[in-house]
Amino acid sequence: MSEKNKSIVIIGNGISGVTCARTIRKQDPRVPITLISGETTHFFSRTALMYIYMGHMKYEDTKPYADDFWEKNDIQLRQGWVSSVDYTHKKLVFQNGDELSYGTLILATGSKPNKFGWPGENLEGVQGLYSYPDLLDMEKHTQSINRAVIVGGGLIGIEMAEMLGSRNIPVTFLVREKGFWDNVLPQEEADLVSRHIREHGVDLRLETELAAILDDGKGRVKGVRTGNGETIDCGFVGLTAGVSPYIEIFKGTELETNRGILVDEKFQTNLPDVYAIGDCAEFKIAPGPDRKKIEQVWYTGRMHGETLAHNLTSKNQVSYQPGIWFNSAKFFDIEYQTYGHVPAQPREGEWAFYWEDASGKMALRLLFNEKDEVLGVNAFGWRIRHAFFDRAITEGWEADRLLSQLHKADFNPEFHKKLHRLLIAAYNKEKGKSLTIPKRSFIQKLIGSRA
Amino acid sequence: MKFLQNTGLTLFVLGLAIFTAIPFLGTWELDASMVKETTKEMHREVMVDILTPMYDKTYSSQFAFIDEYSRHFGAYNESLKAEEKWDQVIWDDYAFPLTKNASEGPVSASPLLFLFLSIGLAVFGGLLYILPLHRNETAGIKNDGIYFSSMKARGWLGIVTGTYLIVFYIILYWYPEYMANLVIMVDPLSEVLSGGPASQWFLYGLVYTLAILVMGIRMFRKYRGNNYQTIRTVSVMFFQLSFAFLIPEILVLFNMPWHDFKNIWPLDYSFFYEYRLEGMISSGALGMFMLVWGILLIIIGVPIFTYFYGKRWYCSWVCGCGGLAETLGDPYRQLSDKSLKSWQIERYLVHGVLVFAVLMTVVTLTNYFMEFGLLGQATDQLHSIYGFAIGSAFAGVIGTGFYPFMGNRVWCRFGCPLAAYLGIVQRFKSRFRITTNGGQCISCGNCSTYCEMGIDVRWYAQRGQNIVRSSCVGCGVCSAVCPRGVLKLENGEESGRINDMPVIIGNNSVKLKS
Repeated sequence: MSEKNKSIVIIGNGISGVTCARTIRKQDPRVPITLISGETTHFFSRTALMYIYMGHMKYEDTKPYADDFWEKNDIQLRQGWVSSVDYTHKKLVFQNGDELSYGTLILATGSKPNKFGWPGENLEGVQGLYSYPDLLDMEKHTQSINRAVIVGGGLIGIEMAEMLGSRNIPVTFLVREKGFWDNVLPQEEADLVSRHIREHGVDLRLETELAAILDDGKGRVKGVRTGNGETIDCGFVGLTAGVSPYIEIFKGTELETNRGILVDEKFQTNLPDVYAIGDCAEFKIAPGPDRKKIEQVWYTGRMHGETLAHNLTSKNQVSYQPGIWFNSAKFFDIEYQTYGHVPAQPREGEWAFYWEDASGKMALRLLFNEKDEVLGVNAFGWRIRHAFFDRAITEGWEADRLLSQLHKADFNPEFHKKLHRLLIAAYNKEKGKSLTIPKRSFIQKLIGSRA
Repeated sequence: MKFLQNTGLTLFVLGLAIFTAIPFLGTWELDASMVKETTKEMHREVMVDILTPMYDKTYSSQFAFIDEYSRHFGAYNESLKAEEKWDQVIWDDYAFPLTKNASEGPVSASPLLFLFLSIGLAVFGGLLYILPLHRNETAGIKNDGIYFSSMKARGWLGIVTGTYLIVFYIILYWYPEYMANLVIMVDPLSEVLSGGPASQWFLYGLVYTLAILVMGIRMFRKYRGNNYQTIRTVSVMFFQLSFAFLIPEILVLFNMPWHDFKNIWPLDYSFFYEYRLEGMISSGALGMFMLVWGILLIIIGVPIFTYFYGKRWYCSWVCGCGGLAETLGDPYRQLSDKSLKSWQIERYLVHGVLVFAVLMTVVTLTNYFMEFGLLGQATDQLHSIYGFAIGSAFAGVIGTGFYPFMGNRVWCRFGCPLAAYLGIVQRFKSRFRITTNGGQCISCGNCSTYCEMGIDVRWYAQRGQNIVRSSCVGCGVCSAVCPRGVLKLENGEESGRINDMPVIIGNNSVKLKS
């Protein structure tokens, strides 16, 4: 085998591809690694795009690694768009005609915003927000506009609303469902977030669908028409009804795809030496109960990258086996963390305890099974410890045990209101229990001891 | 509200403009009695003599007055130096007191009026602008538009502000005679507090304290909903107002040495200087207390408090330099350099200053106990080098003047010897750390961007590692701006504090060490 054929080529420099490249390099100091991206030369944090628009950070600040990191770690960066892959001769063809051979190919091409065939969805000023070019477009298309309309009640939609709000652009937010993100959030949480969206002056329209996007006659958006026939004038439309795998160049080739690139539990595609990770991969069998076949969050992308890197550099091959699910988001000022599984509707035999602060901005939902073992938690405006819930859920702690130790899960900044006290009082009242929190001595408080 | 704020801004700028104009107001007239009053007995006769050509002349500008004074004074000294009559050369600087005494005009006629028109108006305008900030907004992070701001992102406003501050500090430290009128303006206030006329340091202390108080109120508005930020800001406001400003002046009123009880050697680099030691020793029980308290802080206070709370107990809760950085400097915190290079420079520089301060103090004390034998010359030399390069140029001109260019902690990060000492304790023996919350980091970079000490917080957070860094002053802003609740400042058990090879929670397939 020539040196060339050992080389690892990764398409996509998002969190999955980059984690994979970094982890391979850590395990194997010599193997040639090339990281290809058409989007940006360097890895940046996609989740931070909104902060550039809002003026919290510059693009440079969103790069998790300094520019010299890649050279120091001998990871070749190549900017360019791949137009096709020749799997037989193991080489990539770029849009500009360049070619690149690979020994192992890792596809980490990410997602693209969904478009559902709405009339006018390709007009100027209509876009999603996923990539850095999307951000530049948004910057360009939101100059001196009087209103923006956002379509789709998910995480990117609310971030877009916040972004536009930071520039004092009035926002109308069309959500098809009854509550914000209510396919994921239980009623109370969806209400809590909906209230907060309105508190920020967003014109939130629940149960409202987009019918058409209107052309101003020059190919630019001038408004939208909703499902009930109302017309809303606007200069910008954000399409945020989810994302789907960005696999255009692989469709109809010998690479097996469905919604995403089909992979087994070791990220192997149907072709030898070709793997897919991150948003663009679709597992043939979901990686666990309650897990989806396509995992499109930052954290899973990172785990995909880690796991594949391990398999490519180790004799001990492992299957992708994610631990307790976790996720987080921020809805304007309200942070959200979740551990384990808390479906929008409790299932047979499951019960939940939900507590909400009088302010209506802090809440916690604990979900238990019929044996009172904890299954998951949703936290709003209340930072909680990942390690604590990872353990409690893995070990299936019973409700009373969990609650009487809840103070150890608190991750709010020092001097924050002690929310676990309020929650336990509410729990005791509702369940007729008398759980107590261990008292800390003055000295313990003084030195901040958690023991 | 917008109208009120704009009015406030206008008044602030007006106050600042008047403040800037005051040194130029009035006329300057010197007579022999002023010279007699101002000079030491040993110089009196000579000074009265060499300044004779200036008597009964009216100078319409301070520049003309100071020029002529310097000419006469300089000519006298130069001739002595030429003749190598070193013992007769006058090393005292009389330019400031003479300019102050010679000033006549509206400012000396009604100092309080000018105090209100300048500093008073600026404070009032500032408050008018600050108090309505973020009204009708929900509690949360208020960083919108920072990188579009000319003031906060090294635009022309930032450059002008930085330049103004640098010029102010240069005049304050080396040419105070040019701000004599400003000092006259605060004389009445000084009389009330300490029973004596003001020096340029009193003026500086007043402006400094007001800056911390007014911008402290801005902190309450900006970080509303974050109790840690509020309480720590109250703390720095309290320590500045009482310990650094009022108590020292009141001590002077009671014929005690001016003393700031919360200032700790080696930040307080002159603590072991002869005149300070003599001052404390000759001031009875309270003087002895100052000495013992100061030494206890150095050898017991710093290690113990830093062990339990990290260096934040001092740097972002008590310290005056930290107090100014955390209030006046807060709008500039994102301008600190996060590169590896600057971290390397930081470590050499800050520990270098610590070594310098320690060596200087060792020489000073040896000299003191040797009763001024061999080391007298060396001590004086070291004091003047340190005072000029570190005490004035680094801590003052660069420390504050560079806020709009390099962030608000330039001095604390690159220069403060006490921060270096606290940092060594924090790094190696402390219960303080910033805990990273498992695998929740999304590498967004808010924490690193808003770290005033230039720590690349994200580098730790994204690999699930706790942040244990000697430079961290525990301001808590990384935790505040984190959108995913990943960072928490805590004091806890030492075991597990430093996790060099963390494993990120959440992936059961492999346990890879970062």
